[in-house]
Amino acid sequence: MSGLGTYSPGDSLLHRLPAGAKLLLLVAAALATHWLDRPWRVAVALLLTGVLYAAARIPPALLVAQVRPLWWLAVVLGAFQWWANGWRTAADVVGVLALLVLLAALVTLTTRTTAMVDTVVRLCRPLRHVGVEPERIGLLLALGIRSVPVMIGLARQVREAQLARGLGTSPTAFAVPLVVRSLRHADALGEALAARGVDD
Amino acid sequence: MPLIELAGVDHTYGLGPSARVVLRGLDLRLGEQRVGVIGANGSGKSTFARLLNGLVLPTEGTVTVDGLDTRADGRAVRRKVGFVFTDPDAQIVMPTVAEDVAFGLRRRGLDRREVDQRVAAALAAYGLADHRDHPAHLLSGGQKQLLALASVLVTEPEVLVLDEPTTLLDLANSRRIADVVDALPQQVVLVTHSLDLLAGFDRVLVFDDGAVIFDGVPGDAIAHYRKLVT
Repeated sequence: MSGLGTYSPGDSLLHRLPAGAKLLLLVAAALATHWLDRPWRVAVALLLTGVLYAAARIPPALLVAQVRPLWWLAVVLGAFQWWANGWRTAADVVGVLALLVLLAALVTLTTRTTAMVDTVVRLCRPLRHVGVEPERIGLLLALGIRSVPVMIGLARQVREAQLARGLGTSPTAFAVPLVVRSLRHADALGEALAARGVDD
Repeated sequence: MPLIELAGVDHTYGLGPSARVVLRGLDLRLGEQRVGVIGANGSGKSTFARLLNGLVLPTEGTVTVDGLDTRADGRAVRRKVGFVFTDPDAQIVMPTVAEDVAFGLRRRGLDRREVDQRVAAALAAYGLADHRDHPAHLLSGGQKQLLALASVLVTEPEVLVLDEPTTLLDLANSRRIADVVDALPQQVVLVTHSLDLLAGFDRVLVFDDGAVIFDGVPGDAIAHYRKLVT
């Protein structure tokens, strides 16, 4: 939980760029990966991304933390690609994957959730005509981000309770209480939202 | 002070054979600045607290705040009545501290500058100014509860209902929350198991099995509650 995908305060150019512009650039970058078909091109793109992180004054440790959860996926994917298509493709695929995750993380690291939510709400405004409430989508997004650490906390509690009671590693002994707790948390969250006037 | 009135209130959870009566025969007029609520687990305190801002609508009877019915004018009631829950994790809905405080000010027709000013003032008042952009999940339990409190108070409610706000906290943090609550000019309804928080309260209700069995000054109410247990 070392700051994965959470806002890292600052006032660099990247921090000041509007959220909409950053999201647009992210989409453009994702499309542009189509041309990253040689390992050296991928390497240059990764290097440029590193420069962007430096420009945003994100500490290197935080950069590493963004891709660390990918580790196992990268190993499995890379090994498979190497076996199926050779090392060049393997390097391409794994490199592009890391690149996209780093760029997306850079957007979240330099953008306040509120700014992101406001942008999404603005983008969703045309959907009002088909009965979608843009404010709802924004709230959904914010709650989703907020719920990740809460869920990790719940999972840890369940795990500890399981160990304390000597239940070993039984998947049901883990899943059932986790689901129960999550539902209870959802209830409490719904109540809090109502109390704070969300549905009014 | 606003006047909270409960008339002929009964509340039942569930239907048919599994129905459980949690509140019965409540007729109360609460106009004091500090009202405490004590009683055993399952005595109906939390449900009572949730009646006051319309989170729970009574099966029978009416609840009004300054004449506004929680059933008919729920929205207006919730603007008047702020609510603090036991578990701040369920109450904090935004990922970072300042954003959560600002959340309650959405749709109030305030411009960005005013929102920022109010948020900054609230964070400073509750000792959270240094945590402005920190993720809410990295705060300590006490800080989380202060954040929950700040997020509610920034909307300037006339009444503050707190449902066991110190149950998950250590002594120092409980004291901290109690001090903040003590200093509030608002009307406060505090549900608690920490009986020492009630010193200086104007009125304390003792709940037992869904009914108010004692209603008076803190000393007498606490003595009555202790007698229930022995």
